[in-house]
Amino acid sequence: MKHVAIHVEDVSKTFRDGRGNVEALASVTFVVERGTWTTILGPSGCGKTTLLRILAGLVRPDAGRAAMGDESGEKTAYLPQRDTLLPWRTALDNAILASEIEGRPREAARSEARELFARFGLSGFERHYPAQLSGGMRQRLALARTFLAHRDVLLLDEPLGSLDPLTRTALQDWLLSIWAELRKTILLVTHDVEEALFLSDRVLVMTRRPATITRDLPVDLRRPRDRLSAELASRKGKLLALLLDGR
Amino acid sequence: MKRLAALAAPVVLVVILLLVWEGAVQWFAVPHYVLPPPSRIVAAFVSHFPSLLAHASVTLVEIAAGLLLGGVGGFALAILVFLSPLLERTLYPLIIASQMVPVFAIAPLLVVWMGYGVWPKAVVAALIGFFPIVVNASDGLRAPSEETVELFRSLGATRGQILRKLRLPASLPTLFAGLKVAATLCVVGATIGEWVGAQRGLGYLMLQSNALLRVDLVFAAIAMLSLLGLLLFAVLRIIERRVLRWRGTG
Repeated sequence: MKHVAIHVEDVSKTFRDGRGNVEALASVTFVVERGTWTTILGPSGCGKTTLLRILAGLVRPDAGRAAMGDESGEKTAYLPQRDTLLPWRTALDNAILASEIEGRPREAARSEARELFARFGLSGFERHYPAQLSGGMRQRLALARTFLAHRDVLLLDEPLGSLDPLTRTALQDWLLSIWAELRKTILLVTHDVEEALFLSDRVLVMTRRPATITRDLPVDLRRPRDRLSAELASRKGKLLALLLDGR
Repeated sequence: MKRLAALAAPVVLVVILLLVWEGAVQWFAVPHYVLPPPSRIVAAFVSHFPSLLAHASVTLVEIAAGLLLGGVGGFALAILVFLSPLLERTLYPLIIASQMVPVFAIAPLLVVWMGYGVWPKAVVAALIGFFPIVVNASDGLRAPSEETVELFRSLGATRGQILRKLRLPASLPTLFAGLKVAATLCVVGATIGEWVGAQRGLGYLMLQSNALLRVDLVFAAIAMLSLLGLLLFAVLRIIERRVLRWRGTG
C-alpha cells in the first residue's frame, strides 16, 4: 500500500461575517497518496481555497481533521492564488524565502536556487526584479519558490489562472515534467476542466457552497497525454455536464 | 536632454517673476526697506555670502537633526501603533491632537527647557515633521496583501519575521513619501525655533536684518533657506532611488 500524504476527514468550516454565516465547507473527506497529482475541480467561490488554507494550517476547521502524512504538522508548501512575489527582492532572493524563514544559511540556499533556476527557465534572470519578468516567468518563479520550500506536499491555488491560454498550455506541460522529475505530492485547485484532466491522476469534483466533494474520479489516461485526444475530449464533456448539473 | 528641459520650465518661471518684481518696484518707486528689488537682493546675497553660508550651516544641522529625530521617532511610533491595537487607540488621538498645538506656542518653552543650542530647534522641526512620517509609514506597514501574509505564515514565519521581511520593506516607499514632506516642514520648524531664541542661523539672521530694515538681507536669507530645502529634498530623492531601486524597474 502506498503512503498517505494528505488525510482529510469530515472537515467543515463556516465563516461569520456581518450579514450572517457563510458555510464554506460541509463534511469534506478524502485521502491523497504520496507522489500523486490530485486536482480539486469546482466553480469559482466554492470553498476550494478555504480547503487549501486549512491544509496549509492557516485556518482551523470547525469540525473534522486535516492531517499531512503520518503525523500532522507543517509539511506543505502553499502557493496562494494572487501574486505574492516580493517586488523589492530579486528573483533569486524571492525563491529562497522559505529557506530564509527557516534560518538556513543564505548562500547555500542561493546556490541551490541557482541550480533549480535552469530547470525553471529562469537562468539569467536571477538578479531581475519581479516587475521586470513576464507573467509566465513570474508564475514559474512563484512555483520555484514553492518547490524550494522543501515540503512533500504542494498546495497550488490556480497557479496558472491569470495567464494567457498560450503561456498557460506551455506551463502545464512544463509543470508536468517538473513534477515527474521531483516527485512531489501535488494538490491543485482549478476551475478549468481540461487542465484538471490533462494534469492529474485524480479529479475531485466540488459543488458550490456549502462545498462537498460530489465525485472522486480517477483519470486513467496514459501519460504523456494528448490534449486533443478523443478520450480526453469525451471525459471533458462528461465532467462539464457534471459540473453544470451541480449548480 | 529631457532632464534639462524639465529643469528649464521652473527656471524660466522664476526669471519671469523676478523681472516683473524688479519692474514693479522700479515703476512704483517702492522704498527698498519696504520691498527691495531682486537686483538688490542678489547683491546682498553675493556680498554677504560667507555670512549666509555660516548661518545656513547652523540651520542645516538643526533641520537634519529634526528630520532624523522626527524620522526615527515617527517610524518607531508607526510600528508601535501597528503592533498594538491598544497603543493605537491610546496614542493616535494624541498624535493627531499634537498637530493642533501651535508650535509657536511651545517653542519658547522648549528654549526654557533646553537652552539656546541646536536641540530646541531640532525638536520644533521634529514636532512638525514626524506627523506625515507616522501617517505614511502606517499605511505602508498595512500595504502587504492578506495572501502574502498568509504565504509567510504557511512557511512558519514568526510575527517578527513577517515584520522584518515583509512589512518593513513594504513600508519604505510610503516612508520616503512622508520623509520628503517632513523635510520641507522641518525647514519651517527650524526657522521658527530660531525666531524664538537663537544666536545663529538663518532665522536669527532674518530677525536681525528685519530689525535693521535690511529687507534685502531678509530675502537673501529666505533664498538661502529655500536652497537648503531643495538640497535636502534632492538628497532624499537620491537616497530613495538607491534604496528603492526595484521601483524603477517596471
